[in-house]
Amino acid sequence: MIKLEGISREFQVGDETVHALNQVDLQLTRGDYYSIMGPSGSGKSTLLNILGLLDRPNAGRYWLDDIDTTSLAEEQRAKVRRNKIGFVFQAFHLVPRLTAAENVELPMTLAGIDPHERKQRVHSALEPLGLLDRANHRPDQLSGGQRQRVAIARATIMQPTILLADEPTGNLDKASSRDVIETLELLNSKGLILLVVTHDPEIGRRAKHSIRMEDGAIIDTSGNRP
Amino acid sequence: MLTRDFIKLAIGSVWAHRMRSFLTALGIAVGIASVILLTSIGEGIHRFVLAEFTQFGTNLIAVTPGKASTLGMSGAVVSNVRPLSMDDAEALKRLPRVLDVVPVVQGNAAIEAGHRSRRTMVLGVGPAVPKVWLMKPSVGRFLPDDDPRHARPFVVLGSKVRSELFATTNPLGKRIRIGSESYRVVGVMESKGQMLGFDLDDAVYIPAQKAMSMFNRESVMEVDLLYAPDTDSEELSKQVKQLLTSRHGSEDFTIITQDQMLETLGSILNILTLAVGALGAISLLVGGIGILTIMTIAITERTPEIGLLRAVGAKRTEILTLFIGEAIVLASIGGIAGLILGAGGAWLLGVAVPALPTHTPWSYAIAAELVAAGIGLAAGVAPAYKAANMDPVEALRTE
Ligand SMILES: Nc1ncnc2c1ncn2[C@@H]1O[C@H](COP(=O)(O)OP(=O)(O)OP(=O)(O)O)[C@@H](O)[C@H]1O
Ligand SMILES: [Mg+2]
Repeated sequence: MIKLEGISREFQVGDETVHALNQVDLQLTRGDYYSIMGPSGSGKSTLLNILGLLDRPNAGRYWLDDIDTTSLAEEQRAKVRRNKIGFVFQAFHLVPRLTAAENVELPMTLAGIDPHERKQRVHSALEPLGLLDRANHRPDQLSGGQRQRVAIARATIMQPTILLADEPTGNLDKASSRDVIETLELLNSKGLILLVVTHDPEIGRRAKHSIRMEDGAIIDTSGNRP
Repeated sequence: MLTRDFIKLAIGSVWAHRMRSFLTALGIAVGIASVILLTSIGEGIHRFVLAEFTQFGTNLIAVTPGKASTLGMSGAVVSNVRPLSMDDAEALKRLPRVLDVVPVVQGNAAIEAGHRSRRTMVLGVGPAVPKVWLMKPSVGRFLPDDDPRHARPFVVLGSKVRSELFATTNPLGKRIRIGSESYRVVGVMESKGQMLGFDLDDAVYIPAQKAMSMFNRESVMEVDLLYAPDTDSEELSKQVKQLLTSRHGSEDFTIITQDQMLETLGSILNILTLAVGALGAISLLVGGIGILTIMTIAITERTPEIGLLRAVGAKRTEILTLFIGEAIVLASIGGIAGLILGAGGAWLLGVAVPALPTHTPWSYAIAAELVAAGIGLAAGVAPAYKAANMDPVEALRTE
């Protein structure tokens, strides 16, 4: 489903070159659950940004659902992001002036989907997350856990191939973290690839596959017991 | 993206910062209002002046003695100029398409009626005044169509002279003295008011020949021609020129057609309107800079949001149009407010100071609104470009 081959990403800082990713090969299978762990600066976020087509590698190839994304122009990449990729960030990134429902609706609004259909899909996305009674609240009227679950609903509303979560529980307490992880796992069980970057070993162990990174390279991919 | 969603998003973010948006829009509103107010006054004055000039009719040609030379000297001071005579006036009247003529002699004289007296303007004219100058007697009639050389001593009073000399009594048939001669009152003109400093109501109208002898003149000071509607005034003034040149032997007179004069006057007044409009446009420019500033601030503040929009699949062109749209919404709101303020102000001014005419043409209002939207567009482009070209990863990392 997803295949990375020899992906490298370098940053130029002054006259020094930082190798954030170094010849990374990775294959992700449809419907699987992955966690990425590793020390700070090991390249986890960089990898996620490349997987999410927000960033371009300096070298290597990346296939997403048989599309060779390396050859796509920026506006085509935007379209692939919209339809095949969902993002969840540590900082939630909800639009503060829009309600929870409008935030969830946003990708569909950008896609030009009919408003009537949008309302229905928002409804059926919020219902299983127990957020229906919060639909008309603004982000600042929601708890951290609720905000992150609204963000997850937004990330999955377009039924993407892959859901990328970069430390989704980084700003949350234990109970909310649990809610959020369970929400992610619920959506994963419906067939999308789930990739969670985390510093919490407990969360990391829940994934089917644990990926370990160090210095811009994947040093270990091990299966966990189901 | 659907157009209505686009509009909703743009208005939503303007509304989210109501106070700030209000103040920014106010800048544009003040600019538009001052452009509209000033051009309304300019246009009002334009119309007022033109109306002043056209109240005596538009199909007029005035012939005056002397050539307005390139030296800017009136021919009256040059000795070999042949003055305009009553015969010249008669000859002009016989030209094709000329409906009538009025010879004009003007002076000041003392007028006595009973024991009251008054010094006023005396206009020696012909019987065609009502037709040519479009002014009617309100009481009695105008001077009769006598032989111009032997006109009877009749007088028509301006409305002010009538009230000064006769108060409320009926002046018709009464005798008054003008200079040393006695005249019989045959009519009173309707009130015309001031016209460029001349109070036409404070005047009396007597036959031109009588005025010439009263003021010891051999000639008239002006001949006004009324021509038939749909006449080519340029062609006619050529014929007038030919006729008088052959009678005088040289071109020692000046012909001014009313439409020529109106054209010159109109273009001067247009420049006036434009100049005051340009003054207002300066404040509009300041308003535009306000929008540019606010949009630049908004884009810095909303950098993470821009990153997020990119992450959920917004194209760069969509980011661009969204922010330009916001700037246009801001400017258009200001434009509408400014329109109401400006047109309302012009109307109030017209009511409060009736002497100062104002007029707001619709075309100005629409142009003002388009200008406002254009300013929004111009002010929004640079910040919106910056937003559209942000690196999404960097944008998302910004706090
Ligand atoms: N825009 C950038 N410019 C320069 N260097 C960068 C940039 N982005 C990332 N890097 C560098 O690349 C390396 C990998 O960064 P990355 O953010 O992927 O780490 P990470 O594994 O996500 O760390 P953390 O756990 O702290 O989030 C780091 O050394 C970082 O300094
Ligand atoms: Mg990171």
